[in-house]
Amino acid sequence: MKQLLTGNEAAAEAAIVAGCRYYYGYPITPQNELINYMSIRMPQVGGIFVQAESEIAAISMVHGSAAAGGRAMTSSSSPGISLKQEGISYLAGSELPCVIVNIQRGGPGLGDISASQADYFQAVKGGGHGDYHTIVLAPSSVQEMADLVYDAFDLADKYRIPVMILGDAQIGQLMEPVEFHKKPKRNIPPKNWALTGAEGRKRNIVKSFYPVKGQLEEFNACLQRKYKAIEEHEVRYEAVNTHKADIVLVAYGTSARICKEVVRKSRRLEFKVGLVRPITLWPFPKEIIRKISERVQCILTVEMSAGQMVEDVRLAVEGRCPVHFYGRTGGGVPTSSEVIKKIVEVVPDNRAVNTLLQLAGVK
Amino acid sequence: MHSIYERPKTFIDTATHFCPGCGHGIVLRLIAEIIDAWGIRGKTIGLAPVGCSVLAYNYLDIDMCEAAHGRPPAVATGIKRVHPDHIVFAYQGDGDLAAIGTAEIIHAANRGENITFIFVNNAIYGMTNGQMAPTTLLGQKTATTPSGRDAINYGNPIRVCELLSVLDGTSYLERVSLSSPENIRKTKKALEKGFKTQREKKGFSLIEILSPCPIYWRMDANEAMRYIDEEMSGTFPLGVVKDWESKN
Repeated sequence: MKQLLTGNEAAAEAAIVAGCRYYYGYPITPQNELINYMSIRMPQVGGIFVQAESEIAAISMVHGSAAAGGRAMTSSSSPGISLKQEGISYLAGSELPCVIVNIQRGGPGLGDISASQADYFQAVKGGGHGDYHTIVLAPSSVQEMADLVYDAFDLADKYRIPVMILGDAQIGQLMEPVEFHKKPKRNIPPKNWALTGAEGRKRNIVKSFYPVKGQLEEFNACLQRKYKAIEEHEVRYEAVNTHKADIVLVAYGTSARICKEVVRKSRRLEFKVGLVRPITLWPFPKEIIRKISERVQCILTVEMSAGQMVEDVRLAVEGRCPVHFYGRTGGGVPTSSEVIKKIVEVVPDNRAVNTLLQLAGVK
Repeated sequence: MHSIYERPKTFIDTATHFCPGCGHGIVLRLIAEIIDAWGIRGKTIGLAPVGCSVLAYNYLDIDMCEAAHGRPPAVATGIKRVHPDHIVFAYQGDGDLAAIGTAEIIHAANRGENITFIFVNNAIYGMTNGQMAPTTLLGQKTATTPSGRDAINYGNPIRVCELLSVLDGTSYLERVSLSSPENIRKTKKALEKGFKTQREKKGFSLIEILSPCPIYWRMDANEAMRYIDEEMSGTFPLGVVKDWESKN
């Protein structure tokens, strides 16, 4: 049965369906629907809801429940996610599974409460200290929010890694029909590392401290092998009209919704526009972007930031074709007309310019 | 033959990394003795902090978790919510509990978390070579109070038990010391009371232990014990601050 829910509520319900029974949060706009929903639902399913004294405490409580073997989650928005970085680094260093939802808002600093994608660097490049990654999933609809939250818990357990859901104010607040179809669990290894009391077994220690020279380097090598395996097996993206495209857009989340509209509008043109929508921002879909870069005139990355993901696109393209960027910041959301104008500006091919300009309503 | 004193089974047979005259080894041994006596190794989970005692898990043969600096009360909360019938304790120093982790301990206390906090107060940052702690005494010289702590520039020593006692969520608060065999026996009793508080689900318990750090106090071991009795205990009076079993 479909329900009409906000993205924030869908994330919360999906977590409960996925077996999350430990939620720790701190209020911040624009993710408040999530924490509010959890305060009602967790007691109904025998789970734990704690409103923590701070974002730091909330992520540390997640650390504890994850170490104890529970499925744990926290959620916040950009300034709050900055505060959680200490805990995320410790979770990564302790190889603990958990899910962190970031409903991004404008920054830097207190910024504003409207949609933004300016936390991309923080999410995919580490965020906290040390050589680590979290898996980063980027939903672009309420249904996809729900689907990715289930998968996030399985991925977290499979690889013993924190998984971040990178949404934005628009995805979090938007209401769309959503269905919670419980998916079969992947082959999840038993949590024989968890802290349950050492009854009849050797003790378990959950830690990230390796003071003996050489041990930390060895541990980091293990982490890197794990990250390599994730890069090999877990990349996800959606490709729209990329097959015969002259130009390909790269966008995720809310920006990808706008870019899909651009692709739709351009369908009747001679000049073909395609879209690659990364669903995993880390691991980044490098391979498809590399392949596309060998056959298109250029690539245009569209973001609600001053240009962050575009750096990863350029690293994937390695100069095979020009990579352009269009972005809005501080709560600005690109319109399809703006994207089309930008395409006109950057395409080397004049065939399409006039029709594209008509589409954009500027001629 | 009847053994009257031996290494507790839960106390791992290993060389110590603590400095000569340090109190941590005594406290960790007392915890191991209680775990053995109560037979609770299989249902006890400990928290190690950041600081000298991060390596507590090198000595205690139980399930243990590290926490970021100051965060043991929050991490312990997360563990206890998964295992409400286990004994969960956090082992914290003064920098961890009363400086960088002040918010976490106050709110764990305020929620009345049914967890035992073992607060080792040696009035100094030992791990980082002897800087001022929130509990450093007035006049005490440290690496960052070279002329002695003065209240105007550095504030006053924080009395954690008294601070927490005004919160309705706290059930048992006691300050003890390691300055003599008699005081060590009292410390063990206080730790047992903390675990009892938790086992009977009476809520938040914290035992503050005045502990020597002769190396960074720049004293020999005997002087350090005298310093606890003559100086520290003046600022931090020993005794029960709050007890759910007492009628007052």
